[in-house]
Amino acid sequence: MTAAPLTAPASRAVTVPRLAAHTWFLTGRRLHALARQPAVVVGNLVQPAIWLFLFGSLFRRVVDIPGFGHGSYLGYLVPGVIAMNAMNASMWAGVAMIEEIDRGTLNRFLTSPVSRLALMTSGVADQAVTTGLQSVAILLLGLLGGAHYPGGVAGCAVVVAAGVLLGTVFGGLSNAMGMMLRQREAIIGFNVLFMLPLTFLSSAFMPTALMPHWMRVVTACNPLDWAVRAGRSALTADPDWSAIAARGGGLLALAVVCVAVSVATFRYYQKSV
Amino acid sequence: MTTEPCAVRAHDLGKTYSVRGVKGGVRALDGLDLTVGRGLVFGLLGPNGAGKSTAVKVLTTLTRPDRGTAVIEGVDVRRRPDHVRRLIGVVAQRSGSDPRATARENLVLQARMHGMGGRAARARAAELLGRFDLAEVADRLVKTFSGGTQRRLDVALGLVHRPAVLFLDEPTTGLDPEARAAMWSEIRRLAGDDGLTVVLTTHYLEEADRLAQRLAIVDRGRVVADGTPDELKGELRGDAVHLELPSGTVPGEVRAVLEALPSVREVRVAGRGVSTRSDNGAAAVPAVLAALERAGTPAASVTVARPSLDDVFLRYTGRRYAPDTDQDDSTSSPPGPETRPSARQEAAR
Repeated sequence: MTAAPLTAPASRAVTVPRLAAHTWFLTGRRLHALARQPAVVVGNLVQPAIWLFLFGSLFRRVVDIPGFGHGSYLGYLVPGVIAMNAMNASMWAGVAMIEEIDRGTLNRFLTSPVSRLALMTSGVADQAVTTGLQSVAILLLGLLGGAHYPGGVAGCAVVVAAGVLLGTVFGGLSNAMGMMLRQREAIIGFNVLFMLPLTFLSSAFMPTALMPHWMRVVTACNPLDWAVRAGRSALTADPDWSAIAARGGGLLALAVVCVAVSVATFRYYQKSV
Repeated sequence: MTTEPCAVRAHDLGKTYSVRGVKGGVRALDGLDLTVGRGLVFGLLGPNGAGKSTAVKVLTTLTRPDRGTAVIEGVDVRRRPDHVRRLIGVVAQRSGSDPRATARENLVLQARMHGMGGRAARARAAELLGRFDLAEVADRLVKTFSGGTQRRLDVALGLVHRPAVLFLDEPTTGLDPEARAAMWSEIRRLAGDDGLTVVLTTHYLEEADRLAQRLAIVDRGRVVADGTPDELKGELRGDAVHLELPSGTVPGEVRAVLEALPSVREVRVAGRGVSTRSDNGAAAVPAVLAALERAGTPAASVTVARPSLDDVFLRYTGRRYAPDTDQDDSTSSPPGPETRPSARQEAAR
């Protein structure tokens, strides 16, 4: 019964310039808010520092275990703490998403011509900046503590990039959970349940050679371990670039999937809102 | 298809939400039809849970209906949501402004999302800050704002891109009387602007009566009546005579007594309250009181009133207007078939 539209067709295409512009504005909004809370910024840097020195001191003697195969435990630990921190910091993204839903900010954006993808990529970009800065800070703290990075600047860049990708994986998952479940408790429960197992089922603190067989199998499937291993290898004098590329590629693919899933949850959200 | 200019046209909108523990879900919209002409303040009036907000969510592309069609300024909401989003401004029930940013930053960001350049966005923000009396607080964080100030910013955010249709969902809920009065005069001013159509939802009878040039009464997911407030009240012909009966009265007896009187008509009994209509309310009162006295069921109180939207609501839904559904009088008797509204909504289409 409806006739042809009365107005000229509007462009529906999700253009790259629009995505880029909206991501830029929305990321700016988030970073601006963060910059207004220096206490949070400092807190974000203190926590990984505590981990680094707490675990560094607690497990210092494990290098003496036969088969450990690494000279300085602090040097061994740095990529592990970076990955652990990246995951931990990003796992809470969904709580911020729920706040935006409760406040009505998300609905305001959804009834404006805001790129849906930009709503998620801005979260990723914001998280990447935070995670990146924290990772650099951990590297510097390690250096202060006496760790050496024979891999140089390139190696450090790989560690930071792996941390950012890992953060994107967990940030995307957390956002998807926030959109689907809309309950802080669900995200808190998930994080409390999975954070420590995911951390310890990796080579962050202990080489897999010292693990029981079943743990080694699980660890090989843990994206946190991919980030740790890629980073640790890149920091050595003789990085295994093909293994780094494989693990980095895996992280990248997983990050893309997780962001895609989180964008897809808009559809679900808009059905039930 | 008719192409007369209209801002909003919705036909047979239906939407059911699945809710845990409720078999079949909650039906929020059940065949809602709506036509809103251009350039006026249009009110959607109904109690909480009537479906007003869901209707607004559908019309503003936030959620998709299960069935039906909706068109804003000739553009289909389901097929071209991104185009519709450029035509509408939305002020939702929940603020939507970013509490961690300043008023100015909120406005500039919204303008940029609508594709304005940096300079144009800042100019527009400054203009709106001035217009909505926000200049003084422009660079303060929104989280420090009072309710009324916050709401003015919300309206400003909805107007950044000069929309053709502005949706205001419960704009004055939670405001103190002073802020409410200020918001009312602001909304009137908006309608005076060139061609801006304002679609306002409210559960306040007074707000609908004072602000809306036309209104639709929404109940249980559909429009039960629409027209100008005066038309709707005029339909009722005559004054409302309300009686309050002492407890223990048998409703059926009272109804029979009153229906026998020639001076009153449309007798409705709801709990201990009785309402009737009369061409001349003041003249009818003595006869009504005497008849009840004779029947041994004297009235506890009686009031005569010019018709109000409250009466309009009663007539079309068979229930007294209770803005909050949980205030519903559980003892009220169901509306008898004789009090059902005529099929006026068909005629009004």
